[in-house]
Amino acid sequence: MTIAPPVDLSPRLTSLDPDVFDIPTGREVEWRFAPLDSFGVFFQPINDAGFVTAIESSQYVRNIAMADLRSSWLPSDRPLAVARSLAQNAVVVEVPKDCTVAAPIVVQLKGSAARSYQHIEVNIGAFSNAVIVLEHDLELDICGAMVVNVADGAKLTMLSVLQGDKKSTHIAGWHTTTGRDSTFIGCAVTIGGGAVRISPSVTYSAPGGNAELLGLFLADGDQYFEHRIFVEHEQPNCTSRVTYKGALSGSGSHTVWVGDVLVRRGAVGTDTYEMNRNLLLNDGPRADSVPNLELETGDIVGAGHASATGRFDDEQLFYLQSRGISEMQARQLVVRGFFAEVLGRLNQVDLRDSMMAIISRRLGLPAAEATDV
Amino acid sequence: MGSLALTDLCASVITDEGELEILKGVSLTIESGTTHAVMGPNGSGKSTLAYVIAGHPKYRVTSGSITLDGVDVLGMSVDARARAGLFLAMQYPVEVPGVSVSNFLRTSVTAVRGEAPKLRTWVKEMKDAMGALQMDPSFAERNVNEGFSGGEKKRHEILQLSLLNPKFAILDETDSGLDVDALRTVSEGVNAFREQSDAGVLLITHYTRILQYIKPDLVHVFIDGRIVKSGGADLASALESEGYEQFAPASA
Repeated sequence: MTIAPPVDLSPRLTSLDPDVFDIPTGREVEWRFAPLDSFGVFFQPINDAGFVTAIESSQYVRNIAMADLRSSWLPSDRPLAVARSLAQNAVVVEVPKDCTVAAPIVVQLKGSAARSYQHIEVNIGAFSNAVIVLEHDLELDICGAMVVNVADGAKLTMLSVLQGDKKSTHIAGWHTTTGRDSTFIGCAVTIGGGAVRISPSVTYSAPGGNAELLGLFLADGDQYFEHRIFVEHEQPNCTSRVTYKGALSGSGSHTVWVGDVLVRRGAVGTDTYEMNRNLLLNDGPRADSVPNLELETGDIVGAGHASATGRFDDEQLFYLQSRGISEMQARQLVVRGFFAEVLGRLNQVDLRDSMMAIISRRLGLPAAEATDV
Repeated sequence: MGSLALTDLCASVITDEGELEILKGVSLTIESGTTHAVMGPNGSGKSTLAYVIAGHPKYRVTSGSITLDGVDVLGMSVDARARAGLFLAMQYPVEVPGVSVSNFLRTSVTAVRGEAPKLRTWVKEMKDAMGALQMDPSFAERNVNEGFSGGEKKRHEILQLSLLNPKFAILDETDSGLDVDALRTVSEGVNAFREQSDAGVLLITHYTRILQYIKPDLVHVFIDGRIVKSGGADLASALESEGYEQFAPASA
């Protein structure tokens, strides 16, 4: 028996200094799929860049000067380090401890110039429970981070929706830290943008944390979407579930999903599973799917991954059409059904329905039918 | 009085290795209100017959015709055939993950009837139809065919038959994989459909078992891609006692 050499998922370089990171050339494993002519604009400092703000402040949402922000987060690549060093504004979403926020906190984000830096900090106090919806309307190029802290015993359900044009460039690093016995459910809905690269990562600061990372993306035309997930299990008895589903159409669309899960020696009792499914709606698009699992301990509850990319199932289409449903509508039903599993795991009926309505609109289906999933 | 007429129908299956002729000249006319049974051994092409009538893209009609009330069917898309009044209860219904039975049925009924049923009457109609087939109401919330038992799949097919109310229904081995109780329930569903409508039914089966519950007006023996003998219900009894060997091609 031969033993494959381990994929070394650690250590990852982190620094506030952009120059610690080499300028990507496209030969690096982290950048090998990416269109650097789009992302490259954020590799060097942009002096006339704008910044991302929350359009409306509220009890929970504030815009503050970056200088007033205390954040221990360290960027893990060059564009994020450049953005961190030049961002002037931070959007802060803060829920105090022991607080259950009934309605979703909706944060609409807007850039102030053609190219803008973003920094978002989300802090959920101990034993609080909140739902946050972040809405990016992509018309501008944006680069930056979102740092999320879910304190002990808290639960955060977070939905980030990228809609908008099919030209803009978007680079985002999302880093979540979960406290003891806390729960984080994060869902990325990526529909808009020309070149999008999102890097969600999770670390656990104490035992008993739960993270569910969900994602769905719908790429057509020449859209490029990359989701690069990293879950690092350092603490005992934590769980992670990663479920991303993508549908691709058009002639030149390309999606990349990388799911890295690292279970460190001390993370006994870990339970992790990651899954990516891609549905090619026609010939032409390309979907890359790369799951990596590295275990430093065998004393775990479970660890697994699955990845599948497939064409549209002609038998499903025949079955639906044989019941009088037109080919177009049958395809839409199948794609909506494909995504329903991901949205169902949000456990938020209203959010599920509004996301399904957005997907249906994108698929050209009347939104009124979308609530009847 | 309508009819579904197959005239000298020849069809091939399209595989990676090329085309293989399966139907070798089938002529059959089913009048409204009558039930025909097509019986044949495995591999005789009887399921292909069902798929070709429904328009499955895997098969190519090389010659002959299919008409529904005198209108050409072969030029129609799969969904147009269903809207014109054809229905195929499938032997192996496929799973459609994430699509609930209720959403699927409503979408399908809307397409076939040409307008969406009123929500309140629809819910009652669906519940009544499910009750008649002894299906639990929670069934409507499950995903289409996902995790269904063999019996549940067949009940779901007959449920669609009763809601879509076609002019002609083709039942492809609806009896396969059913225990006696499920076979009786499903057969009662088919019989209720026959009584309340003037539809023609084409029952495709390997065994005579289902014919104890659903009485055919005519029985056709199907061997090697064509009908070799037609007769009344008594022909099925002869098959039951003597088997298909008597009809085997001389060359075999």
